[in-house]
Amino acid sequence: MNMIQAINSAMDVMMARDSGVVVMGEDVGYFGGVFRATAGLQAKYGKTRVFDTPITECGIIGVAVGMGAYGLRPVPEIQFADYIYPALDQLVSEAARMRYRSAGEFIAPITVRSPFGGGIFGGQTHSQSPEGIFTHVSGLKTVIPSTPYDAKGLLIAAIEDNDPTIFFEPKRIYNGPFHGHYDRPASTWAGHPGGEVPEGYYRIPLGKAAVVREGSDVTILCYGAMVHVVASTIEELGNVDAEIVDLRTLLPLDIETIEASVKKTGRCMIVHEATRTAGFGAELAALVQERCFYHLEAPIERVTGFDTPYPHSLEWAYFPGPVRIGEALKKVMKV
Amino acid sequence: MTVERDRSNLPPLSLHVPEPRFRPGDTVDFGEIEVPPAGAQRRPDTADKASSFHELAYTMVRVLDEDHRAVGPWDPKLDPDTLRKMLRSMALVRAFDERMFRAQRQGKTSFYMKSTGEEAVSVGAASALAYDDMCFPSYRQQGILLTRGWSLVDMMNQIYSNKGDRLQGRQLPIMYSVKDASFFSISGNLTTQYPQAVGWAMASAAKGDSRIAATWCGEGSTAEGDFHSALTFATVYRAPVIFNVVNNQWAISSFSGFAGAEATTFAARAIGYGIAGIRVDGNDILAVYAATQWAAERARTNQGPTLIEHFTYRVEGHSTSDDPTQYRSAGEPTAWPMGDPVVRLKNHLIALGEWDEERHAAQDLELAEEVKRSQKEAEKNGILGHGMHQPFETMFEGVFEETPWHLKEQCQQMLDEQKAAGL
Ligand SMILES: Cc1ncc(C[n+]2csc(CCOP(=O)(O)OP(=O)(O)O)c2C)c(N)n1
Repeated sequence: MNMIQAINSAMDVMMARDSGVVVMGEDVGYFGGVFRATAGLQAKYGKTRVFDTPITECGIIGVAVGMGAYGLRPVPEIQFADYIYPALDQLVSEAARMRYRSAGEFIAPITVRSPFGGGIFGGQTHSQSPEGIFTHVSGLKTVIPSTPYDAKGLLIAAIEDNDPTIFFEPKRIYNGPFHGHYDRPASTWAGHPGGEVPEGYYRIPLGKAAVVREGSDVTILCYGAMVHVVASTIEELGNVDAEIVDLRTLLPLDIETIEASVKKTGRCMIVHEATRTAGFGAELAALVQERCFYHLEAPIERVTGFDTPYPHSLEWAYFPGPVRIGEALKKVMKV
Repeated sequence: MTVERDRSNLPPLSLHVPEPRFRPGDTVDFGEIEVPPAGAQRRPDTADKASSFHELAYTMVRVLDEDHRAVGPWDPKLDPDTLRKMLRSMALVRAFDERMFRAQRQGKTSFYMKSTGEEAVSVGAASALAYDDMCFPSYRQQGILLTRGWSLVDMMNQIYSNKGDRLQGRQLPIMYSVKDASFFSISGNLTTQYPQAVGWAMASAAKGDSRIAATWCGEGSTAEGDFHSALTFATVYRAPVIFNVVNNQWAISSFSGFAGAEATTFAARAIGYGIAGIRVDGNDILAVYAATQWAAERARTNQGPTLIEHFTYRVEGHSTSDDPTQYRSAGEPTAWPMGDPVVRLKNHLIALGEWDEERHAAQDLELAEEVKRSQKEAEKNGILGHGMHQPFETMFEGVFEETPWHLKEQCQQMLDEQKAAGL
């Protein structure tokens, strides 16, 4: 399966198991979503469980909160993560605090799916990586898969979870692991171990990272599409024995895996596509510094997108690729 | 403490989810659309209170009749030169769209959006407004720029994100910004331009200016919160603004029912706010022109905002990323009962004895040539992804008026990277 199919399969499995699971969003019904992630679900489960919504993101999330309060498990889609901002108030002030402010009387068991990230010439409004905004909000969980296998298992866990979860899908790797530079063609998920996806139910617990490559020189913390860019860079360089940790869930964060890895390798590098300043990498760097300072042999390096709005034509110069990662590795390894 | 109530004899509730009348494979019959005869609606005085003509929000103002004549009180009585100019602008929009759609298919750019079938909406409005009235468009009003005589090459440079692009390759193709043509920077986030147009109009009023603002969004976009904030501000401050809702029946795959069309019209959104609302045949450029002219006069005389619903049809896909055969009947575009706006104006001019098929065909050819010439010119500046882009460092310019240290550092980092990569 590719990632789209895996995500579709997760919703299919959960809708079959739990009649409270409803899928909603712009164009998700008959058409099956602009990326076809919800294809076939309306035909199978009917219009009252899979339906198009008016184009109002604050409405979509607000309505999902109300449905959750009734006892359903809404899985709203925000068509592109760039359009989640109109829904911020419902997410931040309402969904995130529902359990806390009502002392558990009401909860918001919603899973907000949204394609995010760049690499497809989507311009400023179809490319951003806003995960840092959500990890900053107490009460929201943030999940980002990097393979079809993980996407399905994590999405199932998110739907079963009683807390509001933001599930960001790296659209650049929907169809295959994109290795990171514009002169390299995208591959498909066929033959990739993460592309082997069981048909039925399985879950990957939220809050558990995956060590996708073991190594002893340096720990590289990454997630989403960047996992593949990092892995292929390490393979090409051939001279660094890096341990690659795919975080999978940014919040709650698997601090144990991170801590153990950094203490083992003594070096740490963080790679994400989102802008740098006050991004999630800053939080990771602070955590590693707090917990592993006496084990570190070099300053922590951050490899990120730049602090500019997303540029359409120069996007390949904007987000991290093999060169940026390679240069940062040189710095971490030199000291 | 819970209250137990026995409801066993009540019928279960049911949830209504709208469904369009036709899906792929269905035969289309648009018979249920009420198309009132041209010329049937009254034209209130522009000083009349908005509450005195509510019926105009529920019917449809039409000027061009079945015999291609202009009839009724809304006939703007335009001279043949103006009519020919509008026809030319509409035909130019179509030729431009054709060519740029093809350029996207040839891999010369990432994205394009056509306005086929909706040309009258933007051309009609731009023809009725003053050049310096500020337009806050959405992405399907390229007709405003073309009517205002803006350079095709300049627009194409933007579409190609090349080194001639005035927006420095930063924006998605078709997201123009042309202050010189009073054309506001387009956002990809739907309906954000609506309250901005109101703000501009309020500022103009506060300054004692005579310019007004106009803004456009699709019927699907009326669901956004910004739409409703805009209407509230506009009515409170009686802002000199024209709200245009382009009801082209589809929002990507969602039909207008998902924006509330089953219950009422989009023009009637105005009524709850105490704003003038009027619904026009959006494929009748004379109706569009007349309504815009009327709304502009209301705005200029401090009668406040007007909302115009343009009833039209999106003939082509939503964008180059869309495949409409997946969700709507292939028969819809041809069965659409309001006709083709270009053909309708052409027939009107022919009926007046001011135009003929030969001249029309010659004009189409000439426009196609002009577009082609402009395309060649623009492509000298490069196409997307072929190296002739803006200098790399432009990426860091204009984030702020003055570039802070961290962006300077990052810019240097990027330049070093480009060097290391041999670019
Ligand atoms: C805030 C926001 N949400 C979602 C989108 C994705 N989107 C782009 S166009 C579109 C449909 C808009 O339909 P409509 O307003 O009817 O305009 P039309 O395309 O028909 O002209 C959607 C959902 C967006 N651009 N911005």
